[in-house]
Amino acid sequence: MNDPIRSGLAGGWRHIDASLLTRNLTTLEADVVIVGTGAGGGVTAELLSAAGLRVVLVEEGPLRSSADFKMREAEAYPELYQESAARKTSDKAINILQGRCVGGSTTVNWTSSFRTPPEVFDYWQRRFGLRQLSSTAMSSWFAVMESKLSVRAWETPPNPNNRVLVAGSEQLGIATGSIRRNVKGCWNLGYCGMGCPTNAKQSMLLTTIPAALARGATLCTRLRGERLRFAGSRISALECLALQADGIRPSGRRVHLRARHFVVAAGAIGSPALLLRSGVPDPQRLLGSRTFLHPVVISAALMPDRVDAYAGAPQSIYSDHFLHQAPIDGPLGFKLEAAPLHPVLYATTLQGFGEAHVRLMREFTHANVLLALLRDGFHPESRGGQVRLGSDGLPVLDYPLGEAIWEAARRALLAMAEIQFAAGARWVSPVHEAATGYTSWAEARKGIAELPLKPFVCRVVSAHVMGGCAMADGAQRGVVDHRGRHFWLENLSVHDGSVFPTSLGVNPQLSIYGLTARNASLLAAELLGRPPPLIP
Amino acid sequence: MNGARRQFLRTGLAGGLLLSFCGWLNAAGARPFAVGEREMLAAIANALLDGALPSEREARRRLVERTVDAIGTEIAGLALATQKELGELFSLMVLAPGRMIIIGVGKSWRAASVAEVAEFLQSWRTSRLSLLQSAYAALHDLTFGAWYAHQDTWEAIGYPGPPRGYF
Repeated sequence: MNDPIRSGLAGGWRHIDASLLTRNLTTLEADVVIVGTGAGGGVTAELLSAAGLRVVLVEEGPLRSSADFKMREAEAYPELYQESAARKTSDKAINILQGRCVGGSTTVNWTSSFRTPPEVFDYWQRRFGLRQLSSTAMSSWFAVMESKLSVRAWETPPNPNNRVLVAGSEQLGIATGSIRRNVKGCWNLGYCGMGCPTNAKQSMLLTTIPAALARGATLCTRLRGERLRFAGSRISALECLALQADGIRPSGRRVHLRARHFVVAAGAIGSPALLLRSGVPDPQRLLGSRTFLHPVVISAALMPDRVDAYAGAPQSIYSDHFLHQAPIDGPLGFKLEAAPLHPVLYATTLQGFGEAHVRLMREFTHANVLLALLRDGFHPESRGGQVRLGSDGLPVLDYPLGEAIWEAARRALLAMAEIQFAAGARWVSPVHEAATGYTSWAEARKGIAELPLKPFVCRVVSAHVMGGCAMADGAQRGVVDHRGRHFWLENLSVHDGSVFPTSLGVNPQLSIYGLTARNASLLAAELLGRPPPLIP
Repeated sequence: MNGARRQFLRTGLAGGLLLSFCGWLNAAGARPFAVGEREMLAAIANALLDGALPSEREARRRLVERTVDAIGTEIAGLALATQKELGELFSLMVLAPGRMIIIGVGKSWRAASVAEVAEFLQSWRTSRLSLLQSAYAALHDLTFGAWYAHQDTWEAIGYPGPPRGYF
């Protein structure tokens, strides 16, 4: 298997592994410095370098590629995820999966691709004055990125794990759809979450970043963006800390990056944290606020036949039925999807211990797991969380789980159990410390209705962090404008999921690609003194 | 009910004081496990993994030791702030007053039976204090993560391991 990253490096790509620096580096200068190499940073790097701008990318994680992707959880989680895939909210009640490597979460996501739903744009127009953004206005940008990243209908039949969602929903008259995926020549292995070993996933690692590097961009890894230096309304430099090879401890070496423009794309926890550390103007105290997670509750089932949920495309079926039962700002709606299972992920998520845990693990190959992603940020009581800085200057996320969330969680656990039984499950249980599982829908309906729903007792996870640097039509209610431009600092942009003023109700990658394609194109035109691109 | 309430308050207050004390002890940050911590983690693993571990004594001991080593590796991959918090938790669990007040285990971890440790874990799991609930969750995730990361454990659950082929 050819590894295009290793070939590129051998061919002279500029890569600086900052953990190997033996002295401070103060001479690097570019037109644009981009902090982060995920969905936002990757697309920005490609478009700016294509326009002829000199780009430096800063990534806290390591550069890893297909030759390193061994499909083993014990290696993949510490190497490729924030905090070894054990990042948590400050109270430890929500586990957050977020990538931390070149390509960011796009290197480890499950490839699910959805455009931003029209009703979300409508809400942003009404509530945040974002009149420039609509499904129509954004359609060409989504199309550009879908074409570039091979986002297509997935023709292979869904794996048995996803088939449970189709079969149960069909029985109950609940509509489902097929998930489009950003893959090319996918082997249908099922290990997307550990880095694609066959270079099929069209992540940033395989597409935009190689394109930028081929045009002379510089990629710095194991380098943490520490502080933006600014005077008046202009940023002059980004101060960075080199990390040791463990990716955790600073090595003591510093890197000083100068540029005309700075793009922050460090994800919805990292971006607000960098701006908070830098002390950028924030008179309304909006930075880090309204951080959304799509809090996920989980329902496990045992099926009569083998499911082998570790094999095959992890997510190929979804249902938005429960997103459309009430107005968008009414009781929280939720999206249903399946989750791939691997031994560590499943065993750590599953409740209980000792003999009870072993009994469930022995049926690993018969297990099906459904996820409900709660659409937070629309209901007046769903105001999300707050990113703040811990005593070490690193981000901490407070995310209170309030009644609006738990009310939706109960409906979601009921809906998933009913679907799983309708698909033929012989046993279903919410992932919940007080649940021992049910053998019929009637029993589940009664049991789930009475379950205490509280932090820790009911397992809540997240793989989608959004918000914290929200866009709006003015500095009174937003950190950046519709182009991602900061309201107070003229040469600062934010290009990632942190600009969303609410959650999305869909897996976010394509929303970030599309909006960033637009905003990076507008930025390139401005920096080069050219007319803006013809697509609006 | 009154008795339970009193117990809850006493545990909560003492737990808070002890945690501050252990925080002070751990101000220096992460370090390798002390002997007492290894014994404690072994006792926890013995209880959490009961049923998955073999019953034969020597084989069981060896696998428990391997799991404790793997927990150490997992912790080394966490954020420094989390490593410090875990260090505080482990100190609390290892110090005799902590064991007695918070955990109710009067004897040493090495002498505690699987049933006694399981009872203690269950009390944290169902505690009304979020601090103790999150401590249980940490022990749970670290131990099961350490166990099922190892390919030897996969056969028992029918997992064939990653596909092999032209990679």
